[in-house]
Parts: sequence; structure tokens; C-alpha cells
Amino acid sequence: MNKNLSWKLTVIIGILLVFLAGIFGIPKDWSGRGVLASIADRIHLGLDLRGGTHLILQVQVNDAVNVDSDNAIARLKEDFRSRKINYADITKPDPVNHPEMIVVKGVPPDQTSDFKNIISDRLPEYDASSGAENSWTVSMKAQNLADLKNRAVAQAIETIRNRIDQLGVSEPVIQEHGLGQYQILVQLPGVDDPARVKEIMQSTAMLEIKQSIDGQAAYPSEQAALQAHGGVLPPDAVLMAGKSIGSRRDTESGEAWYIISRASAVTGRDLRTAEPSTDENGQPAVRFILTSEGGRKFYAFTSAHVGDSLAVVLDNKVQEVAVIKEAIHDTGIINGRFTQQETQDLSMTLRSGALPAGIKYLEERTVGPSLGADSIRSGIRAAMVGMLAVLIFMLIYYRWAGVNADIALILNLVILLGFMGYFGAVLTLPGIAGVILTVGMGVDSNVLIFERIREELRNGKTPPSAVEQGFGHAWITIVDTHVTTIVSAAILFIFGTGPVKGFATTLVFGLIANLFTAVFVSRVIFDWVLSRKQRGEALSI
Amino acid sequence: MHPERPTTDFEGIVSSVEFFRNTNIDFLGKKWYFLVFSLVFSVAGLLSMAFWHGIPLGVDFRGGTLVYVKYAHTPDPSAIHSEIERAGLKNARVQRYGQAANNEVLIALDIQETSEQALDKGKIQIIQALESHATAGKQDLNNSSSLTVTNYLLEKDPLHLGTGTDANPRYTAIAQAIVDYRDKVKGGVLGSISNDELKSVADPAVVASLQDNFYVSDFGIRNVEIVGPQVGQQLRKQAILATLYSLGGMLIYLGLRFEWIYGVAAVLTVFHDTLITVGAFSLLNWEISLTVIAAILTLIGYSNNDTIVVFDRIRENVKLLRRDRLADIVNKSINQTLSRTILTAGLTFLTVLALFLFGGEVLHGFSFALVIGILIGTYSSIAIAAPILVAYQEWRGERGKKPIAMPLRSGNGPAQPKEKVKV
Repeated sequence: MNKNLSWKLTVIIGILLVFLAGIFGIPKDWSGRGVLASIADRIHLGLDLRGGTHLILQVQVNDAVNVDSDNAIARLKEDFRSRKINYADITKPDPVNHPEMIVVKGVPPDQTSDFKNIISDRLPEYDASSGAENSWTVSMKAQNLADLKNRAVAQAIETIRNRIDQLGVSEPVIQEHGLGQYQILVQLPGVDDPARVKEIMQSTAMLEIKQSIDGQAAYPSEQAALQAHGGVLPPDAVLMAGKSIGSRRDTESGEAWYIISRASAVTGRDLRTAEPSTDENGQPAVRFILTSEGGRKFYAFTSAHVGDSLAVVLDNKVQEVAVIKEAIHDTGIINGRFTQQETQDLSMTLRSGALPAGIKYLEERTVGPSLGADSIRSGIRAAMVGMLAVLIFMLIYYRWAGVNADIALILNLVILLGFMGYFGAVLTLPGIAGVILTVGMGVDSNVLIFERIREELRNGKTPPSAVEQGFGHAWITIVDTHVTTIVSAAILFIFGTGPVKGFATTLVFGLIANLFTAVFVSRVIFDWVLSRKQRGEALSI
Repeated sequence: MHPERPTTDFEGIVSSVEFFRNTNIDFLGKKWYFLVFSLVFSVAGLLSMAFWHGIPLGVDFRGGTLVYVKYAHTPDPSAIHSEIERAGLKNARVQRYGQAANNEVLIALDIQETSEQALDKGKIQIIQALESHATAGKQDLNNSSSLTVTNYLLEKDPLHLGTGTDANPRYTAIAQAIVDYRDKVKGGVLGSISNDELKSVADPAVVASLQDNFYVSDFGIRNVEIVGPQVGQQLRKQAILATLYSLGGMLIYLGLRFEWIYGVAAVLTVFHDTLITVGAFSLLNWEISLTVIAAILTLIGYSNNDTIVVFDRIRENVKLLRRDRLADIVNKSINQTLSRTILTAGLTFLTVLALFLFGGEVLHGFSFALVIGILIGTYSSIAIAAPILVAYQEWRGERGKKPIAMPLRSGNGPAQPKEKVKV
């Protein structure tokens, strides 16, 4: 056996070992369980095999834009007052579809340059364009608008990731999805009841502490609240709904209205942490701790308002109203008739920070673990049957050359699975189908070569020459067919969702492995067989 | 024509198994039979798509809510349908799913009940309707997550572990074992909460504690798919784009490797294959899901491969047998590659058939598309692609144009291997 051949054989054995390591890693123990465990470490199962939940959510980016334009309006009003610019009206004509547009009506023509200066100084992200009858359209610049929306999505992803981390879901996937649609993909393996997780992800968790202007008074309706003030809201106050004291959490009728200050003493940004706790009655409550900056603000607020009431507002609903007995530094208790689970969930969401915008669910798929287990079983069963059928056929039809093909095929499988282990690729049910398909299509290369060899032998060539011709002629066709299928699979990978991506992955890896095994490995085995034959001895094919 | 007897210098070939050794079938002559065959199936498919079942799109493309439920006994779809109707869901579809022995039912709501304002409303209503026989105040152990069980056990502490550090991991492990037993061994539906049923995974103390707060219904939710209208539209668009890119890529690649007419012939062949496959789904009224589209794209690749092998041989023979008629060259090429074509198709068909028969319900549509695709793909390379080439050539001849020399560019195609004599 010449040196070239033994070198090639070594390379093949080397590759075999490398890819075996890709599949198994280094098993901690060699029992059946240990080996299975180390495979499970390396090769990740998709949701359709493991069980779990797949969600697509859309970030309502217009919410975030509305917050920005609301702030802009507030700033404009303040500046107009201080610079004594007259105006008739500032509104947002279409807050649903164009939250970035503000219309200012009735600016006197002689104050135009002042107006324009204010816009360029104080609202640099906005442009102003004049309209009919002394009205101006103040609109966010396109680039700033796009940036704001993208930031909202990035922030939402971070917040959701924080919340899911705290829930202890293993190997979740949270990433942006699709192009330009502000969508997020969330995959939660092992979560078969998504209701609680969805609620936790969705809650905006915007905490604010404001002053309750009428003390503890809760009004049964908006009109009643207004009437108490002579039909007009006090300056810088808003009407806000909340639970009425003494109502149970889950009845709708227990709604009450409060007069709350518009400005907040403290917001969620000033929160350092929150944790479940109990109130003075031993009921479950949430205890929060403010940052030092937040603590100072809170202290200033509470010492100036001893005897008044504060309102804890969560997601624009009044959670509770409490009398300020003395100045408070940086801790407080939120009591709202919670269950223990609710205090845990609320602390968690407060800790993770507020969502910059609301989210809507667009797609939900939950694979139960029983289905996942069944799928694994059927997938493996089909793979075994398919492979055995092919292996046995090759043996019968091509005899010893069939053994050649079978070895190449098994090596093909090892390399394919090894690739998956090294790349951390996810195995899905269509992925298992892809493995089976690779076996079928991979053996095509062998058939192509063997048929050519048979033809050359029939034409009277010697075995070595026939083998040479066989491989030479078939090479181009093999490359052609593999490249076209790999390109197909690449397109599937780009446009496909999870399970289809898994299929494309196994197909591509399998075909690449096949290029190696069908051409190089088979050839080496043939060469080895030929080297052991006497001159004139027949080739078993 | 080669002699049937084995070559004299070398033994051993005689006893080999060989089909299709020296065939000489006039494939091109039979092209009218092939055309009729293809037309029959294409038209049947088209008629079904236009007037009968339409193109049955799955929930991926149509949007809607699908809930797959497994029962402990044989389910009665009409009874289930009435229960769901009572819950206010008017247009639900309830049908048996999968093999009869699995006792599975599919409950489908269409896009009207699936709005993005509350995407899972339909699912929740269905589950509530099914649990109408619930034991008041107790939870259904067949539809509880392991987390629910863990939290309950931590609260009730039946093993008196107190608040020690090992209470959480131990109860988590017990809950997980119970849930795994339910899902992996009992197919998702426990028969009862009793020591008999759960003896392999839980102590009697744990079982007794569970009995206080849990009951078992007669069903378990296997799978839920809810697709909102926005996502449905996106997936439709993506499927179409993927198909167009695939076809376009194919056309370009073949145009570069061979002449453009080969590319056109291949694309027409692929259209034919896709039409018949989608037609088959329409005739059988089986749903086309995302994975079915993936299968169709794969079979496009497969049919393409097959066609390339024949084209490669045609090109090789054109160079060798310059003076023969194109029709004869094509026939000869097909016959020469017949052995390989049938074998490969046969082997791939074996594997895909294994998938169809043993791969389970989830992959049913996918594997069916592949089964049809492989049969039709192989057939079409011989019956459609080759005749198109010849027909085009003859059309050019009739018009008085000189036949296009194939291959156009010299230096294309497989290099002639040097005859090395190995000792």
C-alpha cells in the first residue's frame, strides 16, 4: 500500500474522530445514559421536538412616538408661555397613524421667526412647516422617527429578556424578527402553558407616584369627580381610574375615579429594585427601593406634602392611595390586594424595567411535550427504516462496492451530525426528515459513479482505469446537482421559519458531507481494494 | 449494441444484479403518451383547484386557531362540536385527526375568531368549553404545567421538607417526573390521580396531596397553533418569494452551465411538477402548510438534479456523436442514464416512503409532497424536459434556422480525463 494511500486513510480516520467528537463531546461516563446525555448537550432539539412555546409579538412603536410628541407638546406650551407667543391650539391631528405630527394653530405672523427659533432650539428632532391660516405642522424628522422606533424595539427586547431570565426559562430565544415590521420572536422551550409568561411579557409595568389632590376621596364616576370641583379640573390635574377601596380585584364594577396630579413625584426610572413583601396587615404586598436620586426627589415631595395623599399609579391606573404621614426617604410598600403569585410577578416586572411601548401578539404556537416525544420517536423510526432499506439495497445490488457505499453513507451521517454539534444547529422534525433525505440523495452520487464504472468495465476497461473514468466523469455532475440543491436549501433557510430552517440546515450539511464522502472516501476505499488485487482480478461491483 | 455475454478478460460481472443493462427504448417516440398522461393529471389538478377544493391552504397561510386534543377514550366529534358551540364559538370545525387509535381530535377556528387584539381568545374559549365538566375548585392535572405542580407542592409541602434549601429542587424534580410520565409514557393523558397510576413517580403522600387540589379530565392539549392575519399574510408573501427566487436561481444557473434552452426546458418541467403536486393536494383536500412548501421547493431541486444528469449526458453525447440526429442522441442519452435515474429515484423514493409511512402525522403533508415529487420529478426529466429540447430544435429546423450547436461554448462541460494506466 503506497504512502499516498495510507496518508489519505489517516486523514479519513482523523476526520471521523473529529466529527464523532462533534456529536458526543467527551462523555462523562460511557454508559447508555451518559452517552445520550452528552449527545443532548451538543445537539439542540427544536421546539417541535422538545415541546415549548413560540411567539411572535409586535412592538406598538407608535406608543413610544406618542410619548415623545406628548413631551414635545408640553415643552412647546411652556416655551410659548415664557416667550409670550400666542397660539390658538396645539393638537395631534392623527395620534393613531401619525403620532409624530403636531399642529399648532393661530401663530401670529409677526411671531413667526420667534416660533421658528423655538422649534430649532428646543425641538431639534422636529421640523416645522407652515400651513394655511397661520398654522404650522411640527413633525419629527424622518431619521429621528426611524431611530426612535428602532430604539423602542431594542429596548423592548432587553426588557423582555430580563423578565424571561428571571422566570428561569432555559435557553430562550428572543430576537428581532422579520424586516422592518417591529416584530420580536420569542421561543420558550419547555414552557407548555404560556398564559403566565405572556402576561408577564406584556405588562408595561410603568410605575409612577403622584399626588392625589383630593386626598383619599374616590368618586364613582368622572362627572362626580368634576362636579366636586365646580365642573372644571384643577390646573395640572388629570382624571384617572383605579380600583375603589373595598372592591375585590376581579369585579369590573368596583371602578373609581380620582383627581391626580399630572406631574409625577417619582417614576419607574427612579426604582432600584422591588421585591415581594407583606404590609402591616400581613397581606402580600410589593416593597420598592428607590435610587439615591429618586430617594431625594421622594423625600422632597413627601416632606412638602405631609398630611396630603399620594397615589401609586401602575400603567396609568391608580393602584392605591395613601396618606403621607411623614417624609419618606427611599422605601415604600405598594399594597393592592395582591395574591402572593401576583406580588412575585409584579416585583419581577418592575425590576426588569418598563416596556417602552405596548406589545401585541401576532402568532402563538405551543407544542406539548407529549407531541414532542412522539415526534422524536416517529422521526427516529422513519430514519432507521429508511437507512436500513438503502444500506441493504446497496449491498445486494453492488456487492462489495455496496459495502464501500455503505461505509461512505455512515461516515456521511457522522459528519452531518458532527457539523450540527459544532455549529450548535437546532434539530427539528423536518430536520430529521432532511437527514433521511440526505441519505437518499447522497447515495445518488455513489450510484452515479458505480454505474459509470460498470459501463466502463463493460466497455472493456481495466478495473483501475474504470474506477478512474467513473469518478472523473461523474465528478462534474455530482458538483452540479449538489450545488443546485444547496442553493435551494439556502433559499429555504432564508425564507423559512424554525422547523423549515432545521430542514434546510440538515440538508446543506448532509450534502457538503456527501461531497466529501462520495468522492474522496469512496475513491480511497476503491484504491485500497484495488491495491490488494492481483493484476487481472475482477472488481466486485 | 453490446453483447449480452460478460466481457472475456474479467470475471465476476456475470453474477452481478443489474437492471436496465442495455436498454434501447424509444422514449421520444412515446412522447405523445407522456403528454396525454401529464395533461390528464394537470387538468384534473387545475379543475380541482379552480372549482372543487381550491388550493387548501393550512393555518400558516390562512390564519386562524388550531387546537389538537388527545382523549383518553374514543372522542365523539359531534358532541365536542356542540360543547364548543354552547361556549359561543359558531364556526368551529371539529374532526378526527391522525390514526384512529390515537384518539386525537382537531378543533379549528378560522381567522374571524383570531384577531390580534386578543390572539388567544379562541383557544381559551375552546379549553374552557372542553373543561365544562370540571370538578369545581380543582385544577386539571392533565393540562397543568410542571411549574403549577411545583408551586402547589411547595405550598402544601406533603413531604414535610420545610423551607430548607432542598425543598425547591426536590419538589421541582417530582413535579417534572410526574409531568414527564404523563407526557412521554401516557401520551399526555393520565387516567387518574391514584397510587396505581403514579406509583413510579410519586410517593403516596404526594399523591394524596395532589388529590386535594387536582382532578384529571379526559383530555390533554397536544398542540396549539394560532396565526394572526398579519403573520399569515407575511408567510404567504415569503412562500411566494422563496419559490420565485428558487426558480430564478435555477434558470440562471442552467443558463450559465448549458444553453438557455436547457434552462427554459428545466423551468417548464418544474412548473409541470409543481402543478401536479399541488393538484394532488387539492384533489385529496390535504392542507398545504409551510413544511409542504419546503417539500415542494426541495422537489424542485430534486427534479432539477435529475434533469441535469440527463442534460449532462446529452451534452457529452452531442460532442461524441456529432453526426447523429438530435432525437437519436437524446434517446441514447436517456437510455444510458436510465439505470442511474431509476436507481436513484428508487432509493430516494424508498427513504421518502419510509418517512411517509413511519414519520408520524406531523410530517404527513411534507412526506406526501416528497413522495409525489420524486415520482413526478423523475418522470418529467424523461417525459417533458427531453422532448422540449428536441421539439425546440425541430422548430428551429422548420423555420430554416440552422440548428443551434450544442454546446454553444467550447471548453464547457466535463473535461476529458486522461487515460492513466494504473499498475
